[in-house]
Amino acid sequence: MTQKMAITLDVNGTGHEIRVEPRKTLCDALRADCGLTGTNVGCEHGVCGACTVLMDGVPVRSCLMFAVQAQGKALRTVEGLSTGGKLHALQQAFTDNHALQCGFCTSGFLMLAAGTLEQQPDIDDESLREVLSSNLCRCTGYQNILRAVRQVRDAGKAGAR
Amino acid sequence: MKPPAFAYHDPQTVEEACQLMSTLDNARLLAGGQSMMPMLNMRFVMPDHLVDLGRVSALSAIEERPGALRIGAMTRQRDLEYSPLVRARCPLLADAIQWVGHRQTRNRGTIGGSLCQLDPSAELPSVCAALDATLTVQSARGTRTLAFADFPAGYMTPSIEPDELLTHVELPDWPAGHGHGFVEFARRHGDYAVVLAAALLAVDAAGRITRASVTLGGIGPAPVRVGAVEQALVGQVASATLFRGATEACRSIEAMEDVHAPASYRQQLAVVMSRRALEAALASIGSPASSTGAAAH
Ligand code: FES
Ligand code: FES
Repeated sequence: MTQKMAITLDVNGTGHEIRVEPRKTLCDALRADCGLTGTNVGCEHGVCGACTVLMDGVPVRSCLMFAVQAQGKALRTVEGLSTGGKLHALQQAFTDNHALQCGFCTSGFLMLAAGTLEQQPDIDDESLREVLSSNLCRCTGYQNILRAVRQVRDAGKAGAR
Repeated sequence: MKPPAFAYHDPQTVEEACQLMSTLDNARLLAGGQSMMPMLNMRFVMPDHLVDLGRVSALSAIEERPGALRIGAMTRQRDLEYSPLVRARCPLLADAIQWVGHRQTRNRGTIGGSLCQLDPSAELPSVCAALDATLTVQSARGTRTLAFADFPAGYMTPSIEPDELLTHVELPDWPAGHGHGFVEFARRHGDYAVVLAAALLAVDAAGRITRASVTLGGIGPAPVRVGAVEQALVGQVASATLFRGATEACRSIEAMEDVHAPASYRQQLAVVMSRRALEAALASIGSPASSTGAAAH
């Protein structure tokens, strides 16, 4: 046990003042200290992508960094996708296309897809397949996930809330 | 699967970081964390102090120098991927970076972290070997430079002292219009390569090879420059037949053996991958540098 540090995490536009040991990973801090349990923790060593969040707009694996490193960065988690009870276009597309079964991987895929489409709204199929290949889903077999993300890309409403 | 307890330090300058590394016991540096964090989470490393370089902004820069590109050790792989300067001045690096991990890991991973991790199958050490990169390391005792060829001390072990940190990498230019090729065989995209190859070619007006560089990763404990192939190429007119003959020499390289592949398999891959890298290099000669990776930021 080392000295806890007082930090502020900016998550989905809200400041969370928390006290954490420096060894606490960002995903654990989000879940345990900020109470945002939408981000899932799978492998804890950078293999599965379940913990993917957006940091300053780009997808990162939140098990591969410490919470103290995320100070001053704009974080976005799956909780920030929907607005006013209305699902984000990606969430709706995942539902419509049966892109999840147990849902464990889903928040990671959603954040990966959201960050990717915001950066590259016109990403081609092959690149999209390559980007999504970084995350693991043990249920659906990926085709429906691809279909859902492609649908949102084609509708051009990645930024739509 | 939780990291061990450590004291956290986040210096703002290289000097501060050097000072910390020279005074703290059992301290480790943290760059982009894409290899170090798994090792911490699995408790393969148990430092008492972790010195995070994430806020040392002086180490993240891509600069043009006479005859070389100078890259700060904390430059994110993502910034290399999208840099027009890298694409124009060092297309081999621009091609290779596409193979490094995944988008999420490139958003955090750094060039310096990858070089110091020195995984034999990683892309960036092989690029540095291919280009005869020069590395600058600094400590409270001073600054020194070393050729990349002298950097690996053994399997995943760079020849830098515990109090030293890598600050910059200099990648010397190849002549304008040179050929470059980077190919890799991995089980899945984003995995470490089983074997990878990097090739550079310069040819004269008659199509005769004036300079060649052939590097293999994943076959030995560190990247291997295949001098025998390079020598067989220089002075000859570049062609697929020439490459086919010359790359046979790769079959006798002493190869690693592990759970992924036996040595003979790697030797076979070494022949095939070096040939393909040379073919890609030849095909790219004179073509505009912006072949791939020009995607939106
Ligand atoms: S939990 Fe972070 S990548 Fe698996
Ligand atoms: S829906 Fe179960 S792991 Fe993806």
